Amino acid sequence: MFPRPIQQSTPATRVIYQIALPVALFLWLFPLLGVAMTSVRPASDLAQGNYFGMPSYFAWHNYVEIFQNSPIGRYIFNSFKVTIPTVIGTVALSCMTGFALGIYRFRGNLLIFFLFVAGNFVPFQILMVPVRDLTFGMGLYNTTAGLALFHIAFQTGFCTLFMRNFIAALPRELIEAARVEGVAEWRIFWYIVVPLMRPAIAALSVLVFTFIWNDFFWATVLTTSASTQPVTAGLSSLNGQWIAAWQLVSAGSIIAALPPVAMFFLMQRHFIAGLTLGAVK
Amino acid sequence: MTLAMSEPEPPQKSWWRSNQQRATPWLFLAPGMFMFGLYVIYPIIASFRLSFFKYDGLGTKVWLGLANYQELFSDPAFKTSLYNNVLWLILYLLAVPLGLGIAIFLNQTVRGIRIYKSLFFFPFVISQVVVGLIFSWFYAPNFGLLYSVIEFFTGKGVAILADPVLATYGIIAAGLWPQIAYCMILYLTGLNNVAPDQIEAARLDGAKGLKMLWYVILPQLRPATFIAVVVTVIGALRSFDLVSIMTKGGPFGSTRVLSYYMYEQALSEYGYRMGYGAAIAVVLFAIMMVFISGFIWKMVRDERGNR
Repeated sequence: MFPRPIQQSTPATRVIYQIALPVALFLWLFPLLGVAMTSVRPASDLAQGNYFGMPSYFAWHNYVEIFQNSPIGRYIFNSFKVTIPTVIGTVALSCMTGFALGIYRFRGNLLIFFLFVAGNFVPFQILMVPVRDLTFGMGLYNTTAGLALFHIAFQTGFCTLFMRNFIAALPRELIEAARVEGVAEWRIFWYIVVPLMRPAIAALSVLVFTFIWNDFFWATVLTTSASTQPVTAGLSSLNGQWIAAWQLVSAGSIIAALPPVAMFFLMQRHFIAGLTLGAVK
Repeated sequence: MTLAMSEPEPPQKSWWRSNQQRATPWLFLAPGMFMFGLYVIYPIIASFRLSFFKYDGLGTKVWLGLANYQELFSDPAFKTSLYNNVLWLILYLLAVPLGLGIAIFLNQTVRGIRIYKSLFFFPFVISQVVVGLIFSWFYAPNFGLLYSVIEFFTGKGVAILADPVLATYGIIAAGLWPQIAYCMILYLTGLNNVAPDQIEAARLDGAKGLKMLWYVILPQLRPATFIAVVVTVIGALRSFDLVSIMTKGGPFGSTRVLSYYMYEQALSEYGYRMGYGAAIAVVLFAIMMVFISGFIWKMVRDERGNR
């Protein structure tokens, strides 16, 4: 283990380490804690310059206020309307592409695989105008469906990389054995491979959920009105309206951050497994 | 194949029987490739084409030849954006060693360490929009925390995001926060898998501290470092959200980066110059391609080595 386990060091070092941990964490999350505090500060505190002390009382009504006086509830609903279909769509598509590229050997296999991988790295701006025109052409501009369709297509690149590597690492004997038995290929996919992919599907679902929930660029490019914008884009426009009303901006930020945070803490193991794919040999 | 063709009309099922292993991968690839082709491959080609035209998004496209690119060379805003992108790239890479530092700090087995790891990772999970708002608050003049701290020590606060020289650094610092967390988690996973016997052997040889890290640990962390560098480079060149949320490219356009400047030219109230925007995107794409081809080249080599 590196570094040397703290248990093997002097008691003094151990105590210092135990103190350093919470202090470091506090400093690390300091900006976030500040915003969390601000979100429960009454507006009067901010007006009187009480920015850092204890709030004179906990103003939970800031949270009520943003739901009453802004479309943030609608934004959140829109975010779900974009995110959930995207997760389902990308997982479905990439299970199939991953199966094709991970199991079969054919000409062009590696080429197609690396096309997916490379496409996943391109700057969004090179896609922006044509994707916007395309979405317009399909009559899906400023709809959650138009946004979700693009996300499904784009995320398929990353997810194919993920799924293909996962499937390629499955024991080949399983598939060979099934073939000898005369099992049809699609049945091999559905009854043998898909059940084995459960951990990969779980990892990808949480990752894609977080990526799409947090997407801001495409939300700004493809949606414009409060009835369709997801919460990232919505928060950005609310930030423009709530100038200097930091208690509201903070409360909105916390609300917008909650779903992916909850997802992360509930599915932590899968999340990290997905994110660190390839970080170990 | 030729044999089958000379047979008189083989029934559908037997063609499928004999060819299903060859046809199946293509059937499985079809939906994914169609979507990816439509929304990723085709738009790249279309953007390249568009960069030779004048186009406002609605009317007809007018052929300009290389005029958009010529204009780029004399456009000071483009130069600022390019310069800032280089700055982003260099400073953003600090996330890799800093992430490694935190990972080493946290790689212990004491009570509650798992919760510490999760909480350190926290900034990566939240949206960049929220990160941008958090740091805007942190930097805010007069009452922002950082402003107050600087004021306390020097007697005069600094409004970072309103300062044309400092603003970009302020945004990059905000971007580093989640990026360090990401690199940290990559390295924590990597450290988990470092071979203990090699460390013990090196310890017996008297290696410790930085020497141990450099000669024994880092070589084993290579895959983690590779991914950390890839995601950090891509992240640096993609930086858009933070610029948009924190400064909108200002003050005086000093925080623009190519991705933001492209958006500004093509879609914002500054005008719908989509051809010119496409030309900016092509330049950004070309820069990214340098890195992408490097990554892909290494991945292809690994892939060949594995088989």
